[in-house]
Amino acid sequence: MSDPPLAAPGAGTGRSGRVGLLVWRISGAAGPVLAVILALLAIWYAATVWLNAQWVLDQAARADRMAGFGDILRGTLNQERPVLPAPHQVAAELWNTVALQPVTSRRSLVWHAWVTLSATLTGFGIGTVLGIALAIGIVHNRAMDMSVMPWAIASQTIPILAIAPMIIVVLNSVGVQGLLPKAIISAYLSFFPVVVGMVTGLRSPDAAQLDLMRTYSASRAQTLWKLRFPASLPYLFASLKVGVAASLVGAIVGELPTGAVRGLGARLLSGSYYGQTVQIWAALLMAAFCAALLVGLIGLIQRLTLGRMGLAR
Amino acid sequence: MVVEARRLDLTFQTADGPVQALSDVSLDIRAGDFVSFIGPSGCGKTTFLRVIAGLEEATGGSVSVNGMTPDEARRARAYGYVFQAAGLYPWRTIGRNVKLPLEIMGFDRAEQDRRMRDVLRLVELEGFERKYPWQLSGGMQQRASIARALAFDAALLLMDEPFGALDEIVRDRLNEQLLDLWARTGKTICFVTHSIPEAVYLSTRIVVMSPRPGRIADVIDSPLPRERPLDIRDSAAFIEVAHRVREGLRAGMGDDV
Repeated sequence: MSDPPLAAPGAGTGRSGRVGLLVWRISGAAGPVLAVILALLAIWYAATVWLNAQWVLDQAARADRMAGFGDILRGTLNQERPVLPAPHQVAAELWNTVALQPVTSRRSLVWHAWVTLSATLTGFGIGTVLGIALAIGIVHNRAMDMSVMPWAIASQTIPILAIAPMIIVVLNSVGVQGLLPKAIISAYLSFFPVVVGMVTGLRSPDAAQLDLMRTYSASRAQTLWKLRFPASLPYLFASLKVGVAASLVGAIVGELPTGAVRGLGARLLSGSYYGQTVQIWAALLMAAFCAALLVGLIGLIQRLTLGRMGLAR
Repeated sequence: MVVEARRLDLTFQTADGPVQALSDVSLDIRAGDFVSFIGPSGCGKTTFLRVIAGLEEATGGSVSVNGMTPDEARRARAYGYVFQAAGLYPWRTIGRNVKLPLEIMGFDRAEQDRRMRDVLRLVELEGFERKYPWQLSGGMQQRASIARALAFDAALLLMDEPFGALDEIVRDRLNEQLLDLWARTGKTICFVTHSIPEAVYLSTRIVVMSPRPGRIADVIDSPLPRERPLDIRDSAAFIEVAHRVREGLRAGMGDDV
């Protein structure tokens, strides 16, 4: 975005006009969104029948009788340990673990989600601050530009599954346990998009804008604070959306190698130990919901911030 | 003297080898002068302005601004600079754009407000301080950028084709306003332009430049009075000066065109 956004469509209209526009957009989008959801559910059900059918056929063969289509349909949609649980099974599991349990209970998926979210948010905070600090260093210091960026890129080529246990083990040996190791793995994944976005953003002012600051004999700090930083905010928000989703992945992966008993990662792990596919899928959906929530939240902050700055589209 | 340039040379090192942007440029600019620099692209007029501003460093000769080196003069906030593009920060309102240099230079809040209002009145943009740049026309944006350059009250105003991107009608109007502003503030103005009528209409002195290498082809002291209504452009004196500028440009171009 070398060009600053000019008049946004509908920007001249009042608040009521904007709300009206929003309602129109949502109602306009409702049809297609609903159609996609229904299509996904249909595919999911079809896949459930197809993938779980073998078990029903095996059972029938053992009992030495033929399984009709009705038998397959009944037999595949309510198995206790299905290859792929049906949507209504996952929904029931979600209902049981979200609505029917007190949120402080260890059986509550909300409680597990909160454990993971707190590590996610801590890690996201660390990653964002680190990412912004590195970007400022890279933009202002040629030596850092040459030296830090290759390492940052290299860090992201290491599979997180390989390095996460190392981080946990090393930190554990110096007595750091619990939330912090997970947060660090989460930060490890989220700082990178922030660095990349912020370096681009901080460098986005053109030569004339920088010359203007020079004619004022502005210090580097003043140029950073009054020109580079505000100019970088649209880039920062785009990076934060990527970063927060990466943070959540990091926190979940960080829960796996410890054999943790708390968090969404722990639910995934114990689910796979005991073949509780329904539990795994419920935890996955919960994780997806958390990611959507976090990205949506950042989108909201983005709109409010850029709107206040007169940069909203 | 506000600006004294003596045998100024500037050579840029480019990938295609050295390019001589300025060659043997000597010029004095007196306080209160309105000096226009005119010439084809590549004649070094913008480069010369940037040397005065301390944005480029000459490779030979000497230049002083208010008796200081350009770098010292820049630090002493000796000049305001208006760029070809208004370059207002889109996240700042017009008022806060005008206050930008004042914030950087450490004026207190009350003084920032007072000066912002004063210069916006000077460029006839009163009441627009809460608008964002995109809510203003191109001409108004350029007036706001002039207000921004005037805000800290430097005695020297450097303008690099400030009206180049605007249409003829808006340009005429802004030229009139600029002359009026110059008369009221008594500033020294260096003004880079492509337009012969604009140069002749505005200036007390016209510096005609020619390219390859960038050099001064002619310096014309305008016989026109300081008080200039728009229709002075139909007078015989105006047409004569414009003719001399055109001759100077043609001679400087040689066989290039």
